[in-house]
Amino acid sequence: MNKLLVVSPSPHTHSGESTSRLMYNVVLALAPALAVTLFYFGMGALVVTLISITSCLLFEYLIQKFLLKVKPTISDGSALVTGLILAFNLPSNLPWWIVVIGAIIAIGVGKMSFGGLGNNPFNPALVGRVFLLISFPVHMTSWPLPIESRMSYINAVTGATPLAIVKEGLGKGDTMSVISEQIPSHMQLFMGTMGGSLGEIAAFALIIGFVWLLVTKVITWHIPVSIFTTIVAFTGILWLINPQANADPLFHLLTGGVMLGAIFMATDYVTSPMHPKGMWIFGVGIGLITVIIRVWGAYPEGISFAILIMNAFVPLINRYVKPKRFGEEVKKNG
Amino acid sequence: MSYSIIISTVLMLSALGVLAAVVLYLVAQKFKVYEDPRIDAVEAVLPGANCGGCGYPGCRGFAEAFVKADDITDMFCPPGGNAVFAAAAKVVGKDAVAQDPMIAVVRCAGAPQHRPKTSVYNGASSCKSATTIFSGDTGCQFGCLGLGDCVEVCKFDAIHIDVATGLPVVSEENCTACGACIKACPKSIIELRKKGPKGKRIFVSCVNKDKGGIAKKSCAVACIGCNLCVKACPHDSIVIENFLAYIDFNKCKLCRKCVEVCPTGAILEANFPPRKKKEEVEVGSETA
Amino acid sequence: MLKTFPKGGVHPAEKKLSASRPIEVLPLPEQVSIPIAQHIGTPATPVVAKGDSVRVGQLIAKSNGFVSANIHSSVSGVVESLDPILDSSGYKKPAITIKIEGDEWMEGIDRTADVKKEISLSAEELIVKINEAGIVGLGGATFPSHVKLAVPKGKKVDVLIINGVECEPYLTSDHRLMLEKADELMVGIMVLKKVLGAERALIGIENNKRDAIAHLKNVSTGYPGIEVYPLRVKYPQGGEKQLIKALIKREVPSGGLPIDVGTVVHNVGTTLAVYEAVQKGKPLVERIVTITGKGVKNPGNYLVRIGTPISKLIEAAGGLPEDVGKVVNGGPMMGKTINSVEAPVTKGTSGVILFPSKESLRGEAQPSCIRCGKCVAACPMGLEPYLLNQLAQRRLYDRMEPERVVDCMECGSCSFACPANLPLLDYIRLGKAEVFAMIRARKS
Repeated sequence: MNKLLVVSPSPHTHSGESTSRLMYNVVLALAPALAVTLFYFGMGALVVTLISITSCLLFEYLIQKFLLKVKPTISDGSALVTGLILAFNLPSNLPWWIVVIGAIIAIGVGKMSFGGLGNNPFNPALVGRVFLLISFPVHMTSWPLPIESRMSYINAVTGATPLAIVKEGLGKGDTMSVISEQIPSHMQLFMGTMGGSLGEIAAFALIIGFVWLLVTKVITWHIPVSIFTTIVAFTGILWLINPQANADPLFHLLTGGVMLGAIFMATDYVTSPMHPKGMWIFGVGIGLITVIIRVWGAYPEGISFAILIMNAFVPLINRYVKPKRFGEEVKKNG
Repeated sequence: MSYSIIISTVLMLSALGVLAAVVLYLVAQKFKVYEDPRIDAVEAVLPGANCGGCGYPGCRGFAEAFVKADDITDMFCPPGGNAVFAAAAKVVGKDAVAQDPMIAVVRCAGAPQHRPKTSVYNGASSCKSATTIFSGDTGCQFGCLGLGDCVEVCKFDAIHIDVATGLPVVSEENCTACGACIKACPKSIIELRKKGPKGKRIFVSCVNKDKGGIAKKSCAVACIGCNLCVKACPHDSIVIENFLAYIDFNKCKLCRKCVEVCPTGAILEANFPPRKKKEEVEVGSETA
Repeated sequence: MLKTFPKGGVHPAEKKLSASRPIEVLPLPEQVSIPIAQHIGTPATPVVAKGDSVRVGQLIAKSNGFVSANIHSSVSGVVESLDPILDSSGYKKPAITIKIEGDEWMEGIDRTADVKKEISLSAEELIVKINEAGIVGLGGATFPSHVKLAVPKGKKVDVLIINGVECEPYLTSDHRLMLEKADELMVGIMVLKKVLGAERALIGIENNKRDAIAHLKNVSTGYPGIEVYPLRVKYPQGGEKQLIKALIKREVPSGGLPIDVGTVVHNVGTTLAVYEAVQKGKPLVERIVTITGKGVKNPGNYLVRIGTPISKLIEAAGGLPEDVGKVVNGGPMMGKTINSVEAPVTKGTSGVILFPSKESLRGEAQPSCIRCGKCVAACPMGLEPYLLNQLAQRRLYDRMEPERVVDCMECGSCSFACPANLPLLDYIRLGKAEVFAMIRARKS
């Protein structure tokens, strides 16, 4: 024997799964929604997305290289995903420097300050988004109208989101039948013809992405489905009690960031529970908080806050909600 | 209107503060636990490294046991040394018996040039993990694996893997003889020995229990159990068991005769001045 | 829908290269080295000395206590030494090295191929026979079989489970055995049923061995109370607890044994050995071993005498390929790497797999766990490997016990599934050993 044999502990084979493959599959799953948003918002969407991605990658690289002095890991795709999702959470007419600030907060504060990928308690893109929402409320809530504002970036024609219209209308004391004339139909909502953040408008494109994530086994169904179920159940009860004072469950499901949040942000590995039991608690919590903020809170939309709040509970859930151990119940009974 | 808001706020908060203070006071009274004040005093003189070298869980644990103990002759704080221990003994009004300073010694000198590799380890970087699947990546199944479990447990930055030899090196200054590395080493290579006058000490840097021929084949600097050192020792301090020599540091008078006769250079001397006569004698590394 | 176990599991690529190769007899080597510790439990005590002449089937090391097993000479010749040799555990361990002269068997061993179906002995006599023959679990665990067959007072075994799952990729020795020795296997099952007093015997086989399933279904019609069940392919279905759960939906309690739920599991190889010991008077001196791997010219299944150097097996399969980086004794999920091809085949060697150097080194581990939960989903025992790994790395062994690390069977599903390539099982195994040490210390 001229060559030395390798000695290693079992197993001696691997699934071939890798962090970067998972991340790039998320990017692929976001592609349909990106295509739709480019169709509706054109220029603005393109500019915001590119700036967000580039600055996220750049900040991750710079912080790892010069501040933390470790080998940069931008090729693992996680910063790319953060950049995309951050962009998806912004209006398409947002000035470029605000996008850059959002990226700094997302990567620098949301991710790197905790030690990088795997250690951040909160979804980095959402940290960036909520920071911007609180710091630049006017910029962050003036939504360009789809299609009409396709060729413009900053000076796009803006309007309110369906959720804001409903909130304002109900606040004034209007009934749902009056308000419903001002908002798009359910079919339009499903296709994404409404004002809103870049990536949250087209439910159908996001659902295609969801299917892709399930097929490639990047995520399991538990978190999105538990969020959807909770929102439908909660708003459904309210709607049944008083259909004139509450929007219907389908409207709640299709508007705002529910689809994007439930499918792509709540399922972020690092900031979600590790196994189905915990995922259900997490998803139900997000659903409840979202509806509470939407119906009784100051903001028309609440999924971002809901996810961040539940993110904070994830360590607790992981600690106290354990998967069912094999052979456990039998031991208790016998 | 605005005054009344301010006043009511101030009153409200003050009331809350007072209430909290009362509750805290009552709780503190109810759950008060008497503690011997000497425990704090002893803990204060200890180094506070919580290394566990004394055999108790941390300095506090030691202090508690120390204050309670009737007989303290078996107790010692290795990182603190005699001065700290004497100070601690003073707190409880007992006399401390001075102990010889000790140091951790690595009993393997099988650098790559002496001990050729026979396989490549590819797994978690942990000696203990490696021992679950094989005896080592060289012909010697007793020697150091070099994956640094000892380095990882050292709280005093006193042991490091030498890049050239792949073996751990103990720092004379930093080592407190707490014994953490000894417990961590799955090969039982590290041992506590008397530091010796001015750090001078002699030891067999090998733990290979194979027959001489086999040991020699797997490592050029292995102890082959040839008995030459036993014969050379004028103080009767060397014994051979399982083809392996061991020097009793309580009997050794540091005459260095064994070092001179060892055919493989397995006996090392540390911190001795260079020999005057320019003989062709194999001298071990100065660092041990 | 075929049966399988519900929780966890992974799907490694099957790569059963040698499934179509009939079992061949490996030519005798010049000498064999038979380790005295080939089983779980106390090593056997040698009863021969250097220079003694031995014959095939002669007792050369005696079982030392209840959880131990006899060891017989697998060849005839002269005992050359009792010195330790480097065996497949990676350590030098005492072994009896015999220089081969001829091939003389002990009297009373029936070497004909006739299938003897009548079981004349009583259950007690059968156990004694099995104990004497030195039979251990041939699936790889090498637990002495007579211990599993001794039903403690107050317990009853109603179902005997025969493990023909062979869920490890590459390995095909059990597959071939089921195809070629079906009748012998059935008689072996009847013997085990008699010993245990079980009414039913279920053979579990994964559905990737359809020919074996069909063949055994066919043959089993001639024997009462034997049923063959195809199972959905999923690793680690061959794990005792998983197989029981899959076949009869009973869950072995944590820290318990199959007998606590009224069943006992034996591997098909073990069952064949039981047949040979009881009906043919032949102790465990040879076993079927798969030799396979990418780059192996003639992957195949061989009947090998215990103690034969693995290098001889590789020779028979067309020699050591130029590019070989790793030699694994057992399957790719749970097998052990060996650091010398001169290590002997032992009772637990179900296969030898050669990996080319490209597949030998693990992928580079990512800097951190991304908490994807894939390990939790993969763990068939419902544990949280990511957490156990963290605790073990931080040496928080006392916190690992309530997390049930002792339930870990080291199947490797977690490391297999980890996208960050973390050596999860390495650290969990370490922590498990520490926890067991802690428990032992507490008991004493």
